[in-house]
Amino acid sequence: MAAPMQCGVETQSSESSMSLKKALTAVSPLTLRIVAECPVTKARACELALPHCTVSTPVFMPVGTQGTLKGITVDQLESLGCQICLGNTYHLGMRPGPELIEKANGLHGFMNWKRNLLTDSGGFQMVSLVELSEVTEEGVRFKSPYDGKEILLSPEKSVSIQNSLGSDIMMQLDDVVSSTVSGPRVEEAMHRSIRWLDRCIAANKNPDKQNLFAIIQGGLNAELRRACLEEMTKRDVPGFAIGGLSGGEEKDDFWRMVTLSTDHLPREKPRYLMGVGYAVDLVVCVALGCDMFDCVFPTRTARFGSALVPWGSVQVKHKQYAKDFQPIDPDCQCPTCKRHSRAYLHALFKSDTAAMHHITIHNISYQLSLMRSVRQSIVEGRFPQFIQTFMRRMFLSRDQYPSWAVDALASVNITLE
Amino acid sequence: MHLELTRVVQGSGRLGVLRGLSRTRPHHSLETPGCLLYTHLGSVPHLTQDTLHTLKDLPSVTQVTLSDIAEHQEVLESFKEGFRKFAGLHDTVLYCSLHDPAALCPAGYTTNKTVSVWGSGGRMELTVTKFMSLQKCTQPDWYTSMADGETWQVNTTRKRVRKSVDRTLAHLDECLLLHHKLPELEEVSVFGVVEGGDIVDERLRSARETAKRPVVGFCLDGFQTGFMEPSVRAQLIAAVTEELPEDKPRLLPGVGRPDEVLACVEAGVDVFEGFFPFQVTERGCALCFRFDVTPDPESAVLELNKEEEVVRNGNVNRDDQTQMTPFEINLKDKRYEDDFGPLVKGCGCYSCQNHQRAYLHHLLVTNELLAGVLLMIHNTSHYLGFFKALRAALASDQLELLKRRVMEAGGRESD
Repeated sequence: MAAPMQCGVETQSSESSMSLKKALTAVSPLTLRIVAECPVTKARACELALPHCTVSTPVFMPVGTQGTLKGITVDQLESLGCQICLGNTYHLGMRPGPELIEKANGLHGFMNWKRNLLTDSGGFQMVSLVELSEVTEEGVRFKSPYDGKEILLSPEKSVSIQNSLGSDIMMQLDDVVSSTVSGPRVEEAMHRSIRWLDRCIAANKNPDKQNLFAIIQGGLNAELRRACLEEMTKRDVPGFAIGGLSGGEEKDDFWRMVTLSTDHLPREKPRYLMGVGYAVDLVVCVALGCDMFDCVFPTRTARFGSALVPWGSVQVKHKQYAKDFQPIDPDCQCPTCKRHSRAYLHALFKSDTAAMHHITIHNISYQLSLMRSVRQSIVEGRFPQFIQTFMRRMFLSRDQYPSWAVDALASVNITLE
Repeated sequence: MHLELTRVVQGSGRLGVLRGLSRTRPHHSLETPGCLLYTHLGSVPHLTQDTLHTLKDLPSVTQVTLSDIAEHQEVLESFKEGFRKFAGLHDTVLYCSLHDPAALCPAGYTTNKTVSVWGSGGRMELTVTKFMSLQKCTQPDWYTSMADGETWQVNTTRKRVRKSVDRTLAHLDECLLLHHKLPELEEVSVFGVVEGGDIVDERLRSARETAKRPVVGFCLDGFQTGFMEPSVRAQLIAAVTEELPEDKPRLLPGVGRPDEVLACVEAGVDVFEGFFPFQVTERGCALCFRFDVTPDPESAVLELNKEEEVVRNGNVNRDDQTQMTPFEINLKDKRYEDDFGPLVKGCGCYSCQNHQRAYLHHLLVTNELLAGVLLMIHNTSHYLGFFKALRAALASDQLELLKRRVMEAGGRESD
């Protein structure tokens, strides 16, 4: 395994700590180095050393579901500074299948991505995409939408597929229950997820190269969450994800579960909040102690002509931009904003798919830049001020601030001005 | 604009360089026979600047069409600074054609005074006045005059063909009149359009009359792929070019298949539209025909005398432009599922250097947008390589060899 390199980011390590890092990673495929901690909130800035390169956190991970980031080449993704992105086990497990990807030297080889990959377990897609899926202790049984065959996705099968994909971070198969569900099913799912975690750990063929993350469940029930945290943190996994949120639940419940989870997760391991990607959510959840995020929103919304900006979004396809000769964001340094105007993109949407690609590039750039700025402010000890500025830019006035965000930030000593 | 001919071989085509393409970009030239860079509203389909510029030696001339531009007239008039700047095209020559060669226009909408183009919002009718107002706000370096080219239907009568010639000449005269009144178009080149369907004397009449006007070059309309027997086309083109001044360029719209390009080069055509790679991309295919010709004259002679299996045109239905040609492979085919080779062995394009057939197959099967990006890059690269080889073959008298090579069956299969 190659020693990890910084992915295009200046490393501040001295020589001796570099060799220490190398020695450590010879043993473990993941090392988290905390570079700075915010004295006011629970935010941290870290360096996450993974097999393909080191990732600076907090980090937003774009989602490349089927082994590609919709319309963007790996070179373009690299140029934007992306250090880690996602692939979906469910989709890739169906097409082209693990055997073929293994032949292609794993997902890295297949899509020719030289940096890090994170694969989810397929659990979420099971439940959200597939009709008539049935969950038992064995696994999730469903019918393939492509050929109608009956398939069982068990913890062992999910890990096996992810081993073939060769991702740097793999997710356990969890018993996924929608966050709008309550009652005994939530408790059942939480306990089962713990049992499935153990089965996943046992099934991992490549613990020296692939990091298996646990996923904390428990729905919106604090008791269940605490129980899950207590049990799962007993397992020696390299990292933890906070799952079962970012569905349709109330934001007031959402943030409370996030902060409860980070309170009980070990400091020296990364915290991955799954499915979170709106700018406000990212900033707040960094303040609550999360390090890693993923979401399809920025790339999906791009294809509908929605460009993300510090003050919200620019709906490029709307008539009002037909004669707007400014770029999407005059301060943005992405290739799209450096060359094209809103008016041109508005017109191009009527003629060619390239319009979508321009916005996708801009949105990824926006997300990654946002996280870089967040990180820099933590490193420089001014994250609280960053939050104030960020919120002022994003909302027209103080009474527009979402109350859940105000409450969440207050819980970590930030009083929004 | 002027054409510097470096080599003319009767019945075998001409080699040259088109210079003075743009007043603002005097260093730009186009080697002929050559092709233009095909775009949708200024963007090569699927590509942004980064992906486009993985390609080397792009044509210096970018083509846009009024069918893309017309609906944005108001916007361009507000913008005032011309289409090139509007589209963020910094260093290219801009050529504006009437129609999109890759999109078939419905018949029956042309009148004595108007032609129609189809944009995203539907049909737009253009008089010469409107046509010229579009050129005014577009500010291309070069455009073809408004023309009635609706002679491609099977049962087009002689009367209709004659009308298309008459109308087109009238449109040209009106265009030129308005052209000289517009300061924005002061150093912009205008091509006249030769019509005439498949009727020889109408073609000759159109050619002679158009040649009398002060145009910088000629667009040979109504010869689009799929609507005429290739041999008939070649004969008509040869007859037409006889009537045209030797030192002015001939552009042939709507013809892009390599075999047809070769035939039309022999008949005297200099410039082609570069839309064929786009059509191949849209059907999920990759161009793979060979165009390498051995430089050694001795083996060249041996090659020519070999008993070669020459492929007849693979697609029987010439009218269907979405059908595969013998020059490409269909990456959706199951045989490529686990083919880990590049699209074309030895190809230096970004797609071939970074990806494999199996990956492209996967992207196509899963309907991923990246398939279009990677195929467009490869197909454009391959096609431009073909034109480069074509010019080299003309320069060294190896056109026959090139024709054979291009038509070889073997070149299509995976190595």
